[in-house]
Amino acid sequence: MKPILQRLKNGEVLVADGAMGTMLFDRNLKPGDCPELLNLTKPEILKEIAQLYFEAGADIIQTNTFGGSPLKLSDYGLEDKCEEINSKAVESVRKVIGESTYLSGSCGPSGKLLTPFGDTEPELLLKGFEQQINALVNAGVNIICIETMTDLREATIAVRAAKNIHPEIPVMVSMTFDKIPKGYYTIMGVNIEDAVNGLEDAGADIIGSNCGNGIDNMIEISKHMKELSARPILIQSNAGIPENIEGKIVYPESPSYFEDKTTELIEAGVSIIGGCCGTTPEHIKGIRKVVDSTARENI
Amino acid sequence: MELLSEISKQLEFGNDEKVHELTKDAIASNIDPKIILNDGLISGMNVIGEQFRKHEIFLPDVLMAAKAMYVGMELLKPLFIKDKIPSLGKIVIGTVKGDLHDLGKNLVGIMLKGAGFEVIDLGKDVPPEKFVETAKDERADLIGMSALLTTTLPVMQEVINLLKQNNLAGEIKTIIGGAPVSKEYAEKIGADAFAFDASNSVLVAKELIGII
Repeated sequence: MKPILQRLKNGEVLVADGAMGTMLFDRNLKPGDCPELLNLTKPEILKEIAQLYFEAGADIIQTNTFGGSPLKLSDYGLEDKCEEINSKAVESVRKVIGESTYLSGSCGPSGKLLTPFGDTEPELLLKGFEQQINALVNAGVNIICIETMTDLREATIAVRAAKNIHPEIPVMVSMTFDKIPKGYYTIMGVNIEDAVNGLEDAGADIIGSNCGNGIDNMIEISKHMKELSARPILIQSNAGIPENIEGKIVYPESPSYFEDKTTELIEAGVSIIGGCCGTTPEHIKGIRKVVDSTARENI
Repeated sequence: MELLSEISKQLEFGNDEKVHELTKDAIASNIDPKIILNDGLISGMNVIGEQFRKHEIFLPDVLMAAKAMYVGMELLKPLFIKDKIPSLGKIVIGTVKGDLHDLGKNLVGIMLKGAGFEVIDLGKDVPPEKFVETAKDERADLIGMSALLTTTLPVMQEVINLLKQNNLAGEIKTIIGGAPVSKEYAEKIGADAFAFDASNSVLVAKELIGII
């Protein structure tokens, strides 16, 4: 397998997978249950989802380990199962996608707030991410994806955790920005420039944005990031802001809308395009189609 | 009074040590604790709430200010009758069962406390019975429910049904909020009000108990 960073350096655009959480809820994950516990109890569900995204044409498939840090797992009293949950997640997906597709280890926020405004010490956070990332890498992921971050300090601690214990593993980090009158900011007050500088300093190999408020905002965010950074950019948008239509939750942005917008993301210089909440294998198929046809035009 | 506006200002900066020191000074100068509370602490939290609403400041600033507010309130508490901070009303809040997202709910708690409400925070993953029992036992005026997951929204309906079954609907009013919640949804399930964010929840709570 060619190293992922080399392919991005050569100007290739890669396709990442789509949502995990909303797919799990469609498969009867009960509210209040730990999504990551399914890696142990119902691996067949994770295999099915990986298979769907693999068939949709994703080059990068992510593990179901968003909440797999011991700090987050402690919400469910599962912190002792950190290693097992993370390594089983990798094993399930690897069986489905084989050795020629990249496997990305997802690391979401710890759910804790750092001192001084919260009560979690940075050292504890670092140790937690080290434990999770170590389990993911030892089980065979090709890249670590630190995602949905809003606190730049937490994001950089997670990058440092990865680089401390496995300096060779590529790390991508994506943050979640809201559009407010003065620009794009995370709820913790991090703007795009601060994010880019902070993540580059911490040693992130790929930077980007995920979740958010729809793909149109992501086009603006990626243009701004491209102006500020030479690192490859990752965008995983959710399918718009969910609407409550007669008691049913609907994500407004369709696969064809994503397909249309993919061209603009590529033009903005994005290197990895995938989806977040509300996206489906159909969205990924749409992205794949555009990425393939754009690549052909370039040849 | 200068001392009080200094408390308010230091609270806005999130300087809990300074707020501690100044609140002590104010108490030593025999200023009425209720005035220290209203014109020092609450007045500072009002500014914070407004700045947060306008996106001029962010979550860390609010959390630091809240810390400073709690420090001041702890000093004032023993000076009130029965060790109790006087309040506009009592509200029981929580993130509904099945949902572990409590950031929004915590913010609501901070803003309500900062506005002078007594807040009983039941935390996250709160079952419907717990909301109703606590509100009943504590003689609360209001119940505030939060959800982020779309799948946990129906729990809000259960709480409202349970209030009706206990003949408490109307007496204990309900406010709901969270990313997937809307005004229409509140009407549909028979909630008394919908609050679109933490600052708005203060306004809505005041309206429901009839002080504005």
